[in-house]
Amino acid sequence: MADFDRELDASGLNCPLPILRAKKTLADMESGQILHIIATDPGSVKDFEAFAKQTGNELMSSGEEGGKFSFMMKKS
Amino acid sequence: MTEKKLAIIATKGTLDWAYPPFILASTASALGYETEIFFTFYGLQLLKKELNLQVSSLGNPGMPMPMTVPVILQALPGMQSMMTMMMKQKMKSKGVASVEELRELCVEAEVRLVACQMTVDLFEFDTKDFIDGIEYGGAATFFEFAGQSDICMYI
Repeated sequence: MADFDRELDASGLNCPLPILRAKKTLADMESGQILHIIATDPGSVKDFEAFAKQTGNELMSSGEEGGKFSFMMKKS
Repeated sequence: MTEKKLAIIATKGTLDWAYPPFILASTASALGYETEIFFTFYGLQLLKKELNLQVSSLGNPGMPMPMTVPVILQALPGMQSMMTMMMKQKMKSKGVASVEELRELCVEAEVRLVACQMTVDLFEFDTKDFIDGIEYGGAATFFEFAGQSDICMYI
């Protein structure tokens, strides 16, 4: 399993909930820690890229397997 | 990074149109925007403690329907509550948040919610029926914030 500090399962949630839950989870984390996010909303792929660009949190990876989208985000 | 500002005017009080202001305001907050929503006319319904928002296909030919229903039948008693129920079920099954939940997220994110004093008085709304923590103001109050905003929208 890849290394991360926290995990957020946003499966079944639709826009804008995955982003809002991620934001809330990141708020409780330390700078440099990594959040693993799982989502099923196809719109979340673009949205997490946009979220990263605008908030300065780094989107380290973004991928899909078995209809689930997976993101690694490092808190700025 | 200086904080960007988003100002929204919410004028509609139906279930469908309750979504854009709360979705955009909560997301903007998550992106670091300072956000204010000014609720006027029917938009004031979105501030009620007990939300009773409905959706109607009447006068809205763009609303997708599971089957074709003649307009005259859409006007029958009970059709509006049936459509509202169907819309709520559809949203739930697709993982779309409820209006209550999105509004709560806005409150948590410290989105400024301002009720238009003039229309509160016009409709003789009781401020006790509105959620706590909102402000009351007029057009000048809106412009105080909107004048410095980066994005301003009318919904």
